[in-house]
This record gives sequence, C-alpha cells and structure tokens, in this order.
Amino acid sequence: MKDLGFILASWIITLGSIGVLAIMTLRRARELSSRIPDEHKPWV
Amino acid sequence: MKTGTTTTRVLGIFALMITAWVVVSAFFLTPADVVQGDSVRIMYAHVPTAWIAYLAFVTTAVASGLSLARKHRTLGFDRVAGASAEVGVLFMAMTLITGSLWGRLTWGTFWQWDPRLTTTLFLFVTYVGYLAIRRVDVDPVRRARRSSVIALLAVLEIPLVHFSVVLWRSLHQEASVLNTDGDVRLDDLMLFTLFSGVVAFTLIFVWLVVHRQRLAAMSDVERLVGLDVAITARRAESTVGGGGR
Repeated sequence: MKDLGFILASWIITLGSIGVLAIMTLRRARELSSRIPDEHKPWV
Repeated sequence: MKTGTTTTRVLGIFALMITAWVVVSAFFLTPADVVQGDSVRIMYAHVPTAWIAYLAFVTTAVASGLSLARKHRTLGFDRVAGASAEVGVLFMAMTLITGSLWGRLTWGTFWQWDPRLTTTLFLFVTYVGYLAIRRVDVDPVRRARRSSVIALLAVLEIPLVHFSVVLWRSLHQEASVLNTDGDVRLDDLMLFTLFSGVVAFTLIFVWLVVHRQRLAAMSDVERLVGLDVAITARRAESTVGGGGR
C-alpha cells in the first residue's frame, strides 16, 4: 500500500486521541466519585 | 467506572464494534481512489471527525440556548454544552491533523492559508477560547450565562466553514457527499464505510459527552462543597481571632 505511513499516522492519531480522552475521563470519574456522595449522582 | 451505566456500556461496545468494522473496511476492503490512490483511506477518519465536530458545536449551541431559556436545570444543559465543546475541540483538532497529512499527500504541503483550512482553524481556536472562558468563573450559574452567549455566537461560524469551498476559490475539494447539486460522487462500499465511520464516531461522541457532563457535575459539587468548607473555616477563624482581641 502506497503512503502507508501517512495513512497509519492519521488513524493512530484519531483513534489514539479518542482512547486517551476516554481513559482520562474514566480515571478522573473514578477519582472524583470516591469523594462525592451518591446523592449528588442522579445516574447511580 | 463511576460515571457509567448499563446504557453507556452497551453504547461503548457498539461504538467499538462499528469502529473496528470501519478500520477493516478502510484498510482492506474499499478500493483505492482513481485519482488519489491509497491516500483516500485517510478520508474515512478525516470526514467523520469533521462532521462530528460540527455536530458537537451545534449540540453546544442548542444546550446553551436551552440553558439560557429554561429556568430549571440550566446547569445541566450548560454542562452538556461544555462537555460537547470539549469533545468537539478534540474532533476538530483531529480533522486539522488528518487533513494536514492528507494534504501533504495530495497537494504536496501540510498547510496552506486556504479558505477552508483557515476558517476551520479559526473555528477550532474559537472553541478553545470558549473552553478557556468556561474555566474562568467559579460560580456555575454565571459561567453558564456567559458561555451560553459565546456558544450561540460561535456556532455561526460553521456555515462559513462548510460553504467556504463554494464561496471562495479553494485548494480544498468541494463536498463529495453533502454537496449543493445532490450528486454523491463515491463508490457504494466507500460511501457505506464513510457513513459507518460517521455512525461509529457519533456513538463515541455521545458516550464521551455523557461521561464528561457527569464528570463536570461531580467537579461542580466538589468545588462548591470545598468553597463552603473554606468559607466556614474562614468564618470560624475570624470569630476566634475577633474573640481574642
């Protein structure tokens, strides 16, 4: 496949950025959730 | 997962499955383009990220409008607006980066001050500014009011970005799908893969916004509780200090 480096870079950046944001969000959620009482979490 | 529910877990699994299909199809099933060759495989990431960024900014504007118009649950709508803008900025950044890599292959350059590229960069910078302004105010009600007005103005840039290739002479190609003459200039499997990408990224967008607005709700609670504790401590301190004099 021609230009594979550029194509792979595009996909790695796209999916990698989404993955990093998702992981950061879940980690922060876990951290905050331990300090916030359940009464402030209507989704629980 | 403390911001997750069964619904978000199912949503996440669907998003991952469709994304996996898009990657397989983009790399191994769809044909190379007659003119652009294999570089067209970047399109399946580039175009959906651009569309989802638009969707995110429109969602921000709608939620901001509701936050201003409604008397109840205004903070809830404001948090959706903020979460959507955060995800939109990420998708817009990916649009710019993947577009730049694609541009290097098709135009021979990573960047040109072309109408589409410049207006897209301007849109990106506007929403980075919007997110910065959201961080200035500690008071959630005041933050909601100020940022809602900015979001309602910022969304007006989207038509300018989308139609920039029609309004001005641009290096960027005109839309292949959402074009003015309604003629879709794509092979069936290419089109199906492109739409699958849009569906996958839309599910990812919803998943991220749901989690991030819940995160914002918890951050607001923590900040306000922390503020209450600090005020109480300061009052106690001044009472003790006043009594000692």
